[in-house]
Amino acid sequence: MKGSLIILAFFVVGLLLGMYDLLPDQLLENDYSLYALYMLMFLVGIGIGSNKKSLEVIKSVNLKIILVPLSVITGTYIGVSIFALIQDNLSLIELIAVGSGFGYYSLSSVLITEISGETLGVIALLSNISREIITLLFTPLFARYFGKLAPISSGGATSMDTTLPVITKYIGSDYAIISVFSGVVLTILIPFLIAIIL
Amino acid sequence: MITVLILMTAGIILGWLLHKKERFLKVSSELTNWAIYLLLFLLGLSVGTNEKILNNFGQIGYQAILITIFAVSGSILVSWLTYIIFFRKNER
Repeated sequence: MKGSLIILAFFVVGLLLGMYDLLPDQLLENDYSLYALYMLMFLVGIGIGSNKKSLEVIKSVNLKIILVPLSVITGTYIGVSIFALIQDNLSLIELIAVGSGFGYYSLSSVLITEISGETLGVIALLSNISREIITLLFTPLFARYFGKLAPISSGGATSMDTTLPVITKYIGSDYAIISVFSGVVLTILIPFLIAIIL
Repeated sequence: MITVLILMTAGIILGWLLHKKERFLKVSSELTNWAIYLLLFLLGLSVGTNEKILNNFGQIGYQAILITIFAVSGSILVSWLTYIIFFRKNER
């Protein structure tokens, strides 16, 4: 949670500096973000590859456990497709791309900004932050009424780290490995899904 | 975009090869944080200079939350089914 607030603070500081025109124009004209994105993706890869939890998790793979991230993806796409039917501001493709962040707001917002521009990037940022917040707040409720996989699926990619403590508290630590597995798989898939969709 | 995917895959392989080098991992996780801070700062900056987004910020935020509500509801319902069919019976 502390990490999320720091990230948000950087966004807000950038926002304010931009709004009040406090930075020299040449800084705005050069687009460094693509290079920073390249570096981030390389580093995210290192993080995934070296994650001891994910190494352990790969050993426990079986057909059943793969159904969990698969359900998250299917369910998310069904959900946003229904939303696409009742509004006409965003296209189905755009909605699916935003949904494909699965709560990993820093990565998804940056990737989507790079491909589709800032408006959709901001939507991805806010939407995926709220996915993490909803999971943190409603995990007890989800676990109680919709089974033990519900908090994991609500957490999406965050179920491997930021929302893992609260999830295991309510569904039991025997589901921790499934939670981490689902989060790892979704985290790896996010850039691929977004690149394919947009 | 293909560059992004290649870089991430290269990172995964490198991370896997070096997963015992604690110092390297510490530095790379610290750098990851700063890359995220920089990118979110830059996103903030470009949003801050974009009148179209600023004028519609309320509506954009409202839409973003609605997307999440639908996405989370869909995921929960599908995984509820998965739970009932494949997971629950093993616990009894």
